Order: sequence, then C-alpha cells, then structure tokens
Amino acid sequence: MADEDDIILSELNDEELVLQMHDDLYDGLKEEIEEGVQILLERGWTPYDVLTKALVAGMTIVGADFRDGILFVPEVLLAANAMKAGMAILKPLLAETGAPRMGKMVIGTVKGDIHDIGKNLVGMMMEGAGFEVIDLGINNAVEKYIEALETEKPDILGMSALLTTTMPYMKVVIDTLKEKGMREDYIVLVGGAPLNEEFGKAIGADAYCRDAAVAVETAKAMVARKHNQL
Amino acid sequence: MRLPDDTALTEAGLAPSARGRVLLIACGALAHEVLAIKRSGGWNHLDLQCLPANLHLWPDRIPAAVEKAVGDAKGYEKVFVLYADCGTGGQLQEKCKELGVEMLEGPHCYSFFEGNDRFARIAEGEITAFYLTDFLTRQFDAFVWRPMGFDRHPELIPMMFGNYTKLVYQAQTDDPALDAKARDAAERLGLAYERRFTGYGDLAVAIDRIGGS
Repeated sequence: MADEDDIILSELNDEELVLQMHDDLYDGLKEEIEEGVQILLERGWTPYDVLTKALVAGMTIVGADFRDGILFVPEVLLAANAMKAGMAILKPLLAETGAPRMGKMVIGTVKGDIHDIGKNLVGMMMEGAGFEVIDLGINNAVEKYIEALETEKPDILGMSALLTTTMPYMKVVIDTLKEKGMREDYIVLVGGAPLNEEFGKAIGADAYCRDAAVAVETAKAMVARKHNQL
Repeated sequence: MRLPDDTALTEAGLAPSARGRVLLIACGALAHEVLAIKRSGGWNHLDLQCLPANLHLWPDRIPAAVEKAVGDAKGYEKVFVLYADCGTGGQLQEKCKELGVEMLEGPHCYSFFEGNDRFARIAEGEITAFYLTDFLTRQFDAFVWRPMGFDRHPELIPMMFGNYTKLVYQAQTDDPALDAKARDAAERLGLAYERRFTGYGDLAVAIDRIGGS
C-alpha cells in the first residue's frame, strides 16, 4: 500500500512529472524513471523529447553537482543506471521515429587502463545528445583505434584514462594518426581524472573534457564547426 | 613518537614533533612504515609530518596541501616529500620542483613498495589487479567500501570492479590478521586473492638515503 506521502507519477501534470523525474534521476531511482518514461510516451511525447527534456536535462544537473563536489561517484553511477534504464525503453523508439543525428564517435579507454566509469558516462551522455557512439571498451591498443576509425569513419575519437601511467598512451595514438596522415580527419577528445587542459594540448588533442557534460558541449561545437568548414 | 590511530591519520594527519633537522612530509597512509624505517635506521634527526591520507580521494588537492606544509616548515635544514605522483598527473612533481624539494619516485605507493623497477616490469601483465597495502587493508572500509557506496548499494560493485580480476595484498609486514582482512576484502569485491610480501621497498631505500646524507 502506498504511503500518504508517496507521489503518484501518473497524477502529475507534464511539467511536474518532468521535474519529478529530474529528482528521481538525481536520487538514482531506476524504476521511477522507467515509469515516468512510459507515462510521457503514453501522453504522446516523442521519444526524443522524453530523452532530452526528462533524462538528459536531469543528468546534466547530476553532472553539474558532481563537478561542484555536491555529489560523488556512487550517486552519479546510480543516476546513470536510472538514465540507462530509461534510455533502454527509448532507444528502439528513437530508431523508429527518427531523431536529430549530431555525429558519430568512437570511444575507448587506452591500453593498460581498465577504468571505464568515465568513458561509460561520456558515451551515455553523447548518445543522449544524439551522437552515435561506437564503444571499443577497455584497454585499447593503437591498432584497435585505427581499425575502428577506418571502419566506422566517425567525426570524433574519444580516449579516456584514469591512471597517470596510462595517459601518455594517448599521445602514442595521436602520433600514429599523424604518421598515417589521418589526424586531421577526426576531432580528438581526451578525458580522465588525472588529465588537464595543458596535457591535452601537449599531446596534440583537440580538447580535454573534464566531465561528460563538457564532452557533449565540446563535441557539439566542434562537429558544427567542422561541418561549416566543409 | 606515538602515532594517532588510522582514522586520525586518514582524516587529520599528524603534526610534526618539531624535533629533528630534516622534515619528512608524508601521506598519512605511510606513517607506520616511515616510523618503522626511521627506528630501524636510527635516524633520530628525521621528523615526520603526515597529511591526511584521505587526500587520495581528491588527488588534485595534494599539491596545494604539500605546498602549505612546506611553507609552514620552519627551522629545518631540509624538507623531503614522501609522496609519489599519486594521481596528480605530474602536478605534484612540478610543485615540488617549484618549491625546491625532493619527492619520491614512482607513480604511487603500490609501485614503490613493490620496487619501482619491478612494478614497471609486472604492471602490464597486471592491469586487472586491485592493490591493497597494510594501511589500505586496515582502512578498507573507510577508503573503498563506504566512499564507493558499497555499504548502501552493493549493486555498484560490478560497475566499479567488474573489470578487475584479482586483489593483490602487498604486505609490508607479516601479520596473519591483515592477511585475513585482505582476503575478506577480495571476497567482498568478488575478486581472486593474492598476498605478496613487499616489505618497505623503495620507501626504505629513499628514507635511508635521506637519513644517511
């Protein structure tokens, strides 16, 4: 039986429901997010609107509070889990109904690095922003990146590392791209806890992205600039 | 010197005794080991100050904390920083260079306890290993279990540890109780377990060099 204080999602109007979903996402409430997504779809919302207005907007708040030290990794992961559950409902519908395609990204953690929390968050937020994401997983050697770039022909290459011992490998990948004359074909974004802007510049990346939200904004801006040049 | 308990070393660190010509500024996670090496070498002229070990939860704060400690150190002939890079991405090294103080070599304590050369050789074959030292074994709940939220949300364990395959306990001392605790940590994380006695490794080499100079 529901407590008196329990909120019945279906009784909320659209605006209240979206705000409640932001709260539920913040609290990592997976089942509530799934229910909220279903309700909005039943009310005739397009899958794209549910994704951007309810899920991505909510996750952006989570990202901002993580950056400001209000939320920590466990809370972000719970929120990401909830968002992932909502996206699982929306993904097939987005494919059917069509949604703006922003571009394509190949992403993976570098050789020697198995830490993929950041990479997974970036991948999810990029998908939420309308990018097609090809996830190479963890521990990627330069050959794997090159092969994926040649096969997938993305706009963006994203590399992630958590360890100070593995982050120099990003330069190995970028140098190989230069040697093969492929560097200018891709926007290269790098990220990970021990990196900084200076490191990104020093290795020849196009940008260092300190979190998933910055990665999305940077990717959007750079892809738009690239397309304008064509 | 009487050491505060591990919780105090984690959250508050240790103030210097103001006795000694050379100040060692160390991570709180190294306090027991530094004092043991100091005792065995008879290095009475070395004083020890520890910064809170939980700075490792925010590595970007380590350079500023070290800078403050070096600035506050008055009346010593020399200051030595007992930190490795510790996830600062080279920023601690730059800070120490700027301050004119030496620091430990290596990426982190797992490396210098093992011996930096040996660790560099084996690291590539061990990328799915999660390491604990004596201190981290004693403080497993404070450093890993609770900050990662596993006490409240065990469903997060596979998200954070799903890519690891084994827990390596790098033992600085022979202590069956710590061995059992580390084994229990491995079980809780769903990882295979390996105990490896390292002793104090390159930390002893560095402190004995400072003590003897």
